[in-house]
Amino acid sequence: MSEEKPGAKAVLRALQDKIAQDAWDAKNRGEKVGWCASNFPQEITTAMGIRVVYPENMGAAVGAKGGGQRMCEHAEGLGYSSDLCSYARISLAYADLKSCAEQEIPFPDFLLCCSNICNCMIKWYENLALELDIPLILIDIPHLEEDTCDADRVKYIRAQFDDCIRQLEAITGKTMDYDRLREVMAISQRSSRAWLRAVGTMANVPSPFSGFDIFNNMAVACVGRGTVEAAEAFELLADEYEALAKEGKSSFRGEEKYRILFEGIACWANLRATYKALQSRGINLTATVYGPAFSFLYRNLDELMAAYALVPNCNSFERELELRVTDALKNRVDGAVFHMNRSCKKWSGTLYEMERQFREKTGVPTVVFDGDQSDPRCFSEAQYETRIEALTEIMETAKKEASRDA
Amino acid sequence: MPEVKALLAELEAVCADPAGELRKALAEGRKAVGVLPYFCPEELVYAAGMLPFGLWGAEMQTTFSGRYFPAFTCSLLHTVLELGLRGELKDLSAVMVPLCCDSLKCFGPNWTYGVGSVPVIDVAWAQNRKTAAGEEFTRARFRHVLGRLEELAGRSVGDGDIAGAVAVYNADRAALRAFSAAAAAHPEAVTPRERCAAIKAGYFMDRAAHAQKLLALTEALNALPESSWKGLKLVTTGILADSRPLLDILEEQGMAVAEDQVAQESGFFRTDTPVTADPVAGMARRLGLLEGCSVLFDPGKERGKELVRLAQAAKADGVLWVMTKFCDPEEFDYVPVKRMLEAAGIPLLAVEADQQTASFEQARSAIEAFGEQLRG
Repeated sequence: MSEEKPGAKAVLRALQDKIAQDAWDAKNRGEKVGWCASNFPQEITTAMGIRVVYPENMGAAVGAKGGGQRMCEHAEGLGYSSDLCSYARISLAYADLKSCAEQEIPFPDFLLCCSNICNCMIKWYENLALELDIPLILIDIPHLEEDTCDADRVKYIRAQFDDCIRQLEAITGKTMDYDRLREVMAISQRSSRAWLRAVGTMANVPSPFSGFDIFNNMAVACVGRGTVEAAEAFELLADEYEALAKEGKSSFRGEEKYRILFEGIACWANLRATYKALQSRGINLTATVYGPAFSFLYRNLDELMAAYALVPNCNSFERELELRVTDALKNRVDGAVFHMNRSCKKWSGTLYEMERQFREKTGVPTVVFDGDQSDPRCFSEAQYETRIEALTEIMETAKKEASRDA
Repeated sequence: MPEVKALLAELEAVCADPAGELRKALAEGRKAVGVLPYFCPEELVYAAGMLPFGLWGAEMQTTFSGRYFPAFTCSLLHTVLELGLRGELKDLSAVMVPLCCDSLKCFGPNWTYGVGSVPVIDVAWAQNRKTAAGEEFTRARFRHVLGRLEELAGRSVGDGDIAGAVAVYNADRAALRAFSAAAAAHPEAVTPRERCAAIKAGYFMDRAAHAQKLLALTEALNALPESSWKGLKLVTTGILADSRPLLDILEEQGMAVAEDQVAQESGFFRTDTPVTADPVAGMARRLGLLEGCSVLFDPGKERGKELVRLAQAAKADGVLWVMTKFCDPEEFDYVPVKRMLEAAGIPLLAVEADQQTASFEQARSAIEAFGEQLRG
């Protein structure tokens, strides 16, 4: 009797656990490990065989497991304003406390920062470097002025990429093998294509999966996409979704009555409430910027530099809008939910205008709710429920009118 | 003393009505470009024959900006956008917006879709500012900005024009440094509010004219008899310390600003632009020489070390941190810099300021208590 192969979800979870364990093992062996920004070019560390962990992922996990408020309050006790990013507050609290009941990550010997998603990251990592008395390497990727990445930026990012490798060689004693780097780049492309194929299945009606799964799968996409295991796991995931779509089936619980775009980072500390309010009304998430924009497609090193300047929150407003509108139309959404995330000044600073223009260009109803990625104090379940209720009523009316006109 | 007060009054009048300066420039046929903080290449605007017009917010209540920015964006950006939405900045030829903090990155789109008629010039500069690659990136992007300015001005701008503008700016910086030292030596003659206004007026005036005023003011201050003033000396730090009610409270409490590490103040004048063969390269290099501002990449927190040095050199009784509400860079810097001050035995008071604040009673109580603590 043949043993049944585990599904993609289990494979991805196991891979996530393995990546975390590998970092602990490396630390215990006496190797140098780092803390790394989520959109730092992972090709460098993967190719050099350097283990890194991601404070942003820790912030999300601690939030999801109920420790967000406690850790944020500790940071506030140190003097940090409650207006600052909750991932940063959790991380700075962990650096001070040296322990966290919900999740622990090995303490770093160096820090790898990248400013492409926000400048808040720079200040957060400066403080970590000072607190932990360790070196900080910054790859600065200035926010784009236009829809494409100009040659000045490519040159600047490339110089920092090369400098980062030199510094990491000095810190860790490991050397960069450029053949291996090309191999990791190729594997990363394989992972990215599989990721795009997987999220692309959301265009099917019904979508073959619950869109909230994207938030969970992103962790591996972020930390492990340069590995063969991740590429294979995402290919398996895409195959499974495609097979479900072909049969018209879905892992979404219940009937998919409405399809929405969810804008912004998940409210990790309120994941159940945010999910249930949608799921109980038959609303599935079928579009998010993490789908099309989390792919890092490139053919050579210069294009790799540009790809890291085209991540969400680094683009021009017009390109950010186009990404969302295109994805929403392709994936046939009936409405959209915009998260006014108290933690993220960049994401929230143009959210009202984004919501207005998105609504005009797609013609679908939208609602905005207040929340936070990991600090539950900024989220009101009553407000969220009311907004989702209102959105559902508008979507229902629109559906009735559409079927009557048909 | 009457000459000092007359000159200070002139500069305070400029700050009380920046729009008047703008109208004056426009009436003379000069175009004006709005310049948001921080570290935009203002000299290029000047070199193109236009007036760089500082946009540092305003003490006002906002009505329309909340349609674009959430409530947790700093009041500096809320109020500049509000002025734009009310049509009060419609005569500017463009606004220059640096992409160096997360809220500033959002300003351009909000302005573009809210105000519309005045174009945005984005300014990117390198945070890895002390490296050759960073300097080259900043130089290249400043050249890109120059191209946009030439279009607006309707003329080409040569390196000679830029070198000339750099010289004017460096002269004003030197004049500001001399004034700051003279004002510190004469707290009996220059109140905190007057000191701030003398510096801030430069953002609305022609820099050459501003330098002339300051030189006259400094000369008049230096001619005064030695001061016998016995109050408390403070060093201010932050993005802005121009709140008039707050500065008046300092005066009431017998406190003087002996030195500052404020982006709007010494952030402009402490460091000159190096003179280089390519004048734009010098402007990029200046960015690598700057310290003491939270929006700059500062891995060793040189800001804290500089603040300790400034407080010690000024023989200050304490440091006043004017905390701009909802400013991430400031809120991050606060914790490590506070520790550095504590380690050096320098008393610190942080007061949260907001250009939309209506009541300063809480700040008054805190400053009174700080004064009592410093007087022992």
